[in-house]
Amino acid sequence: MARSLDSLSRQWSGVQPRATETAVRLRIAGLRGPRAGPFDLTADAGDCIAISGASGSGKSMFLRMIADLDPNTGEVYLDGVSRAAMPAPAWRRRVVYNAAEPGWWHDDVASHFAPDALAFARDVGPRLGLSPGLLDAAVTRLSTGEKQRLALIRALALTPPVLLLDEPTGALDPDTTLLVENVLRDRLAAGTTILFVSHSEDQARRLGNRRLRMENGGLVPA
Amino acid sequence: MTPILLTPGDIAIGAVLIVLDGVLSIVLGLGLHRQLGVAAARMVVQLVLIGFILRAVFAIASPVVTLAVVLAMVAIAGREVATRPEQRLKRFGNYTIGATAVSIATALTSVLALTTAIRPSPWYDAHYAIPLAGIILGNVLNGGSLALDSMLGGVVRERAAIEARLALGETFRRAIGGLVRQSVRRALLPIINQMSAAGIITLPGIMTGQILAGMDPLEAAKYQILLMFLLSGGSALAAGVAAWLVAARLTDPRQRLRLDRLIGNTA
Repeated sequence: MARSLDSLSRQWSGVQPRATETAVRLRIAGLRGPRAGPFDLTADAGDCIAISGASGSGKSMFLRMIADLDPNTGEVYLDGVSRAAMPAPAWRRRVVYNAAEPGWWHDDVASHFAPDALAFARDVGPRLGLSPGLLDAAVTRLSTGEKQRLALIRALALTPPVLLLDEPTGALDPDTTLLVENVLRDRLAAGTTILFVSHSEDQARRLGNRRLRMENGGLVPA
Repeated sequence: MTPILLTPGDIAIGAVLIVLDGVLSIVLGLGLHRQLGVAAARMVVQLVLIGFILRAVFAIASPVVTLAVVLAMVAIAGREVATRPEQRLKRFGNYTIGATAVSIATALTSVLALTTAIRPSPWYDAHYAIPLAGIILGNVLNGGSLALDSMLGGVVRERAAIEARLALGETFRRAIGGLVRQSVRRALLPIINQMSAAGIITLPGIMTGQILAGMDPLEAAKYQILLMFLLSGGSALAAGVAAWLVAARLTDPRQRLRLDRLIGNTA
């Protein structure tokens, strides 16, 4: 790989410096779901917020509400622009939610990537411990851990300013987990904001510059 | 040539075969003789009844009565479409979708045939309108229920895939598109099979009936050909409307996948 990791992540980060100077990257105001909230939270560019909490406490739902995938009320702003002012698909392309068990809709892996995303995937794949041939494999041949990393690449390829990662390393061994964290760290350095759900205290400490816990339908400092 | 009319005696001879079935069931211990008897009796009562009803409706020759009969048939077919799938939409969604798909498809294809190709006078003549609506309904029911079942089953099974596409910023239309196409395709397979088998593997019912009634085979074939076109149009229409309505029901203005609108699904 000829290109340095830094230039690669900058190339794919899609950060707009102008916006980060004028408003906070992500502002959540009175976000409320049927069984949780209201949530208020702000995050700057490069912030990494770790969210822990018991299973079923609503961590995934919180991320899904930010991405507007689950019904909710309240407002979310990206660089000062209201979510309501944007068509939902445009919002979700900028505030990308990556599920713990991501879905696939084509038979082969490569079809899930646009041509430029595929080039990115071939670049970044080895850094995540994925063999290059995997991109041409059938989805049914992938292991859970491979699917998880490939889905992460799929999300990273959109270079969203905000990433919402639901247990991004849940299916991975400790060494591979560190590989994923390195790639995420590059993104953070390039200005991407990340909210992630993790059951691992260590990971939350390693990666997150803020740690929160979901309790009784609300977020408290962890 | 006039059709050969059957006497009650002729039918009684046929009934001997049912008795034979029953005897076979008893001798072989199939345990089917009761069901067989009930089914045969039901069939006789239902057909005689519909015979009397149609005779009366034909005699009245009132468009209002004809319409009422067709509407009753549509309602029953719509209910059948609605109850096929395992999954149910909240707020009687299956019923409204079943009724809408069946009535649109049946109305369009029947009226098209009656006003352009067959052209009885008047065009709503019950002799033509009711049997035509009936045979179209049968196929429309097939197409509509297959599409509805595929959509409702598929959307639950492929939830992760659809939501992954939404999460990556695709429109709902694109994210659900594959499932819609798959559902309509599945709904059209029976009529495609029917058309390719027609005349070689099976002699279609209408053609058989008209030949028995004394019509020239070629004339009967022409009727059957027209009918097949109508049936394929009706099936496609019913399947498309049903699939589209399910897709529309399962999303909202923010283009989410709203599986909470299915009974038994909360989030």
